[in-house]
Amino acid sequence: MKLLKRSVYVMMPCLIWPLALAAQSEKVPTAKELIEAIDANLNARTSIVTSRMVVHGRRASRTITSRSWVEGTDKAFTEYLAPPREAGTKMLKLGDQLWTYSPQTDRIIQISGHMLRQSLMGSDLSYQDMMEDQSLEDVYDGIVEGSEQLNGRDSWVMTLTAKVEGLAYHTRKAWIDKEWLLPMREELFAKSGKLLKSSYAEEVMQVEGRWYPKVWVFKDELKRNSRGTEWIIDEIAFNQPIPEAQFAKAALRK
Amino acid sequence: MLLFKLALKNLLGAGTRTWLNVAVTSFSFVLIIFMSGFYQGFLEYAQQVTLETEVAGGAYWHPAYDPDDPFTLDEAHGVPPGPVNSQVAGGQAMPILLTQGSMYPEGRMMPVMIKGIPPDQNIVSLPTAVLGEYTGAAIPVLIGAGMSHTAQLEVGDVFTIRWRDVHGTYDADEAEVVSIMRVENPGVDMGQLWLPLETLREMLEMPGEATYVVAASGAELLADIGDWQAKPVAFFLQQYLDVIEMKSSNAKVLYAVLLAMAALGIFNSQVLSIFRRRKEIGTLMALGMVRSRVVALFTAEGGMHSVLAFVLGGIWGGPLLYFVATMGIPMPYDPSEFGVIMAPRLIGVYGAGMILGTTLLVAVIVTMVSYIPARKIAKLKPTEALTGRSN
Repeated sequence: MKLLKRSVYVMMPCLIWPLALAAQSEKVPTAKELIEAIDANLNARTSIVTSRMVVHGRRASRTITSRSWVEGTDKAFTEYLAPPREAGTKMLKLGDQLWTYSPQTDRIIQISGHMLRQSLMGSDLSYQDMMEDQSLEDVYDGIVEGSEQLNGRDSWVMTLTAKVEGLAYHTRKAWIDKEWLLPMREELFAKSGKLLKSSYAEEVMQVEGRWYPKVWVFKDELKRNSRGTEWIIDEIAFNQPIPEAQFAKAALRK
Repeated sequence: MLLFKLALKNLLGAGTRTWLNVAVTSFSFVLIIFMSGFYQGFLEYAQQVTLETEVAGGAYWHPAYDPDDPFTLDEAHGVPPGPVNSQVAGGQAMPILLTQGSMYPEGRMMPVMIKGIPPDQNIVSLPTAVLGEYTGAAIPVLIGAGMSHTAQLEVGDVFTIRWRDVHGTYDADEAEVVSIMRVENPGVDMGQLWLPLETLREMLEMPGEATYVVAASGAELLADIGDWQAKPVAFFLQQYLDVIEMKSSNAKVLYAVLLAMAALGIFNSQVLSIFRRRKEIGTLMALGMVRSRVVALFTAEGGMHSVLAFVLGGIWGGPLLYFVATMGIPMPYDPSEFGVIMAPRLIGVYGAGMILGTTLLVAVIVTMVSYIPARKIAKLKPTEALTGRSN
């Protein structure tokens, strides 16, 4: 009996140590696993979103309401609902092409070349930012650098470095919430390492069993006094049927 | 000769009426020359400044380059053809590389055209040597006074510039203003940053490439340059000729109004004079002067208004035009704000051809409006004219 007790005393540390170590050295996911988890949260076969974009200017702020129909990463159609000046403006993205329709001029214009670098409705986002649809895993080499606390929550820190040419941003750094598996903050860097843009999730929500950002803030870091642009999701529905006609150029004039 | 003496005597005898008409005609005459001189002055100045600061002896353009279409700029770069590069090596041409970017002075975003130029060039009159003398850590930048005013930048100011390399990837770095040039060509000033060519080539990852190549003044423009396009000096100056032609068309309306004003006065005075001098016309006819000579007398009287207007215009307008041609008139505002080349002082250029042409035009119109009422004399019967009646 003593021997058993002694054996237990001897064995206990051997049994407890691995458990303690396992708890301490939490399995670090690979960048691929993290990207897949994020994609699973953020992407759906289709999504229909009603959102507001609050553009903070130097003197005043503007709120632009829109409704978007999205299919995969290639097709997106957005109709602006408010304010009256923007109401009726529509945008269609098919692959790497983007068209806008303005009711004031009753004309459809393809946005290309240097126009893609222009600000979207005066926000801190460019048309180019909207056009990014390649899988991060395909175009970036990712490294999970470790774990950090962000706003009191445990996050993985992942750095992505471009592995193909032609990407707008050479390096990205993202903080991914360990529980929600959402990028809670992202920083976009120039080739020189200068921080160009940042974005962060201010509020998250749970929709249809997945975590999704409710308020997302974008900021052009080169603009000294920029207060950023908020993107607020009011309604979102996943995997709803969207008629193919919604993504036709003719839909822009309807 | 007798006819002209008589016409002059009659004209001067009419006193105030004549001098009023002469004054109005001289005003129109001088004003037309004054304005035409300004257009000519603007044209010559704009052409001279464009040649000195931008065009020199013409240019070779990359096949995709179209300065009027910014969409083409992303593709408009390449290594210049061999013969052009030989001219560059011989100091007879210089490559220029363009890209669009953004600058952030004081954190405000401004779209800019970033231009790379060899600092040691002497082909255009831009003080680019300062770019080569810079030893700091930032990217040296030369800007024009207009750009300095718009962006609120002074020499030594450091700001961020952002651009995209040949692959479309964003890059950004700090730039420092090394000099502010006073240049009267907004085409090399407004919205532009001038950088050392090799620095820009490294930034864009475009070694040896250019968007266009400027040939030195007097250098021969090569013809066999593949798909690059040779643009002679005349091509660049045509834009100013077009502007002048458009402006001249607008000015012609004003000239017509001015001439109509003078012509109307003379026409009115001719009609009145023929009506009031019927007895004199009858007497001349009765004394044996044929109708055509009477018509000629009255036409000469009217036409001489233009001669007197020329003399009077010379007296008051001559010094004025001389002053404008030598001293010029200062512009009350900054001409660079208009985006066109304008001298800080408007200098008129008055050629002999222009003055002679305007004089002839005024003389012909005045003579014509003098002849039209004088034709009525041909229908007068001497007997009725002597009694002071007209049919």
